[in-house]
Amino acid sequence: MTGPQQPAGEPRPTPGPEQGSTTTPGAPGLSSSADRPASTQTGTNDGPGSAEHQGAGSAAPAAGQALATPTPSDGAGGPPDFVTGVERTGMFGVHGAGDTSGYGLLVREPSTPVPAERPYGGWFDEVADTLFAAMAERGVPAAAVERVTVAHSEITFYLAREHLSALLWIVRDDPGLRFELAASISGVDYGPGVPRRLHVVYELLSMTYRRRIRLEVAVDVDDPHVPSAVPTYPTADWQERETWDMFGVVFDGHPALTRILMPDDWEGHPQRKDYPLGGIPVEYKGAEIQAPDQRRSYS
Amino acid sequence: MTRSRTPETPGAVPDGPRHSRETRTTEGRMFTVTGGDWDDLVSEVGGEPAGADGGFESDERIIVNMGPQHPSTHGVLRLILEIEGETVTQARSVIGYLHTGIEKSCEFRNWTQGVTFLTRADYLSPAFNEAVYCMAVEKLLGIEVPRRAQVIRVLLMELTRISSHLVALATGGMELGALTGMTAGFREREEALHLMEFLTGLRMNMAFIRPGGVAQELPEGYRERVQAFLEVMRSRLPEYDKLLTGQPIWQGRTEGIGVLPLEACMQLGVTGPVLRSAGLPWDLRKTMPYSGYEEYDFEVPTATEADCFARFRLRLAEIHESLRIMEQALAKLAEPGPVMVTDRKIGWPAQLSLGSDGMGNSLEYIRQIMGESMESLIHHFKLVTEGFAVPAGQVYTAVESPRGELGCQLVSDGGTRPFRVHLRDPSFVNLQSMPAMSEGGMIADVVAAVASIDPVMGGVDR
Repeated sequence: MTGPQQPAGEPRPTPGPEQGSTTTPGAPGLSSSADRPASTQTGTNDGPGSAEHQGAGSAAPAAGQALATPTPSDGAGGPPDFVTGVERTGMFGVHGAGDTSGYGLLVREPSTPVPAERPYGGWFDEVADTLFAAMAERGVPAAAVERVTVAHSEITFYLAREHLSALLWIVRDDPGLRFELAASISGVDYGPGVPRRLHVVYELLSMTYRRRIRLEVAVDVDDPHVPSAVPTYPTADWQERETWDMFGVVFDGHPALTRILMPDDWEGHPQRKDYPLGGIPVEYKGAEIQAPDQRRSYS
Repeated sequence: MTRSRTPETPGAVPDGPRHSRETRTTEGRMFTVTGGDWDDLVSEVGGEPAGADGGFESDERIIVNMGPQHPSTHGVLRLILEIEGETVTQARSVIGYLHTGIEKSCEFRNWTQGVTFLTRADYLSPAFNEAVYCMAVEKLLGIEVPRRAQVIRVLLMELTRISSHLVALATGGMELGALTGMTAGFREREEALHLMEFLTGLRMNMAFIRPGGVAQELPEGYRERVQAFLEVMRSRLPEYDKLLTGQPIWQGRTEGIGVLPLEACMQLGVTGPVLRSAGLPWDLRKTMPYSGYEEYDFEVPTATEADCFARFRLRLAEIHESLRIMEQALAKLAEPGPVMVTDRKIGWPAQLSLGSDGMGNSLEYIRQIMGESMESLIHHFKLVTEGFAVPAGQVYTAVESPRGELGCQLVSDGGTRPFRVHLRDPSFVNLQSMPAMSEGGMIADVVAAVASIDPVMGGVDR
């Protein structure tokens, strides 16, 4: 942290590539996401909802093409970018304070999950192959899987929300997949300014094969609709209610999508990044400690 | 049993020697009942002549609101029961009374401080919350915890499992009227907490497990204390069999009650003792081992009755297994080694000792950072003020807590604070099965069913 060459700032390389390279168990020569079914099918995503899917995401280059449009940063021709972080500038959250150190010029780019390359390694390939075969069998377009990432020995499938329900049935019931338990369903808000900032994360567990996978759906905050998983996994009931309560994701088809942790008449969704933490300053004699979200932060 | 939470309106207090207070609202008549005999209330309510403002019609819906402050709801849990006579036709639970925003608060503290919040989520199994969070942070960092730290974690987790199961037995017993079960359970739990205090410094919420290992080496004499605890527990556990297992009243209250078959468990995502009581030997310690659990020799008790009695027996059996694991962990601790990663940029400086003015950094450590090593001072300063940065990414880890799969989903954006922390708490998920367990049964059996789920509201609401 306090290396002589990088005092305090530790501007590391963008976490994206390192995340992919350290954990992707790949043969170096085999490459290109061209052999990934998901990315070869650009443009086949013909769901009527796909055009409006990106909503007002400011970074979407062509709103009409939405899901299948390659973004500039995704040279492989894959689906739109998944930004999972906020660009940060300067240090300590201080701006315009006559910085003479130069740290104010630091820019850290937002991270994006790097598409994994075949082979994914271990049983990941088997699961992916089985999934894509089952999708083809049931008429789900391969573009329903927008991206596959492998990081920290976990595999993540980024899905288009139009096909989420069909995919959930597949991963639960296909004899080669059998993800019987929806271990955790929850949300992540990547903050204002991030395209499709609200992510719904499904951590699925196969008790038959003793495997875990993650499904992730990204939606825009202006159109936060995701089909409910309750028909497939009844355990999703409360978990989706919590995600609605905390992040404001609307799960279409949920039997009773009401607040669960906050009072019924609460306004706002507390775990969104633009919702303040609250708190009051702590006063001492001659000094004051700000509320936790008002204090300076180091990164 | 509370039948109304609406404030009393003036003039609503009826005259006469009544146990209940009646309020008339647009929703119908409401009664606030605290204590007293249920039969008295029923006869009183039903005894009035039916009419425009009279007693209940025979087909009138009666909705009983139980909690959130009620001795039999296992915490600040509110149950809404639609009853017909004493039979529950529909049951719903209302939660959120203990929501403290732990997940959000974590986003405003550094990674190490997150432990201090999460240990307070499910306050009866603090070691598990700490361990699962630290395992997630370590997965993001890509670091391996020293072996001795893993063994200490296992020791603490199993000790916590024992104390948590004892509370489950104790409060469950209390809620079903077995008060001696309560006193016995809390007596033994006190032994467990005393040992925890000796080992970590605090009885509960100890934040002893840190990213990278554990806070510090176990104190001198830990071996004898753990050994003594094992002996005490082994001598006292048979009492529970005498007191509860073979007791006809206890059996009558729990056998065949709150049945949740395996299919329902799978659909509702129920894990832990409730799932194992339905016959599936799913225990993450065996099926997806972590922290070196594959090296320990222990059984996963299962049952097939899927009722409250089976869950009670499983918890008792799991205490015995946890004692076995603790014994094996103690043997493994004979081998010395570091308890924290040696990377000075991650390992929190916690070389504590007891001084004349209380617990603080040890004198040797202060001498080192203040007088001997500039680097040490820099590391200390950077860690304590800024913390360490964690590479961007997302992970999910899971451990077998006393109540089932406790998962931790972590997202980092590369900074020194968590970007998102989510606890998949087994109490939260398992509590969804309350209606399936109790609809169609008696009101008294709802209490037994909830007690057998053993939800801890600190974990449910977080």
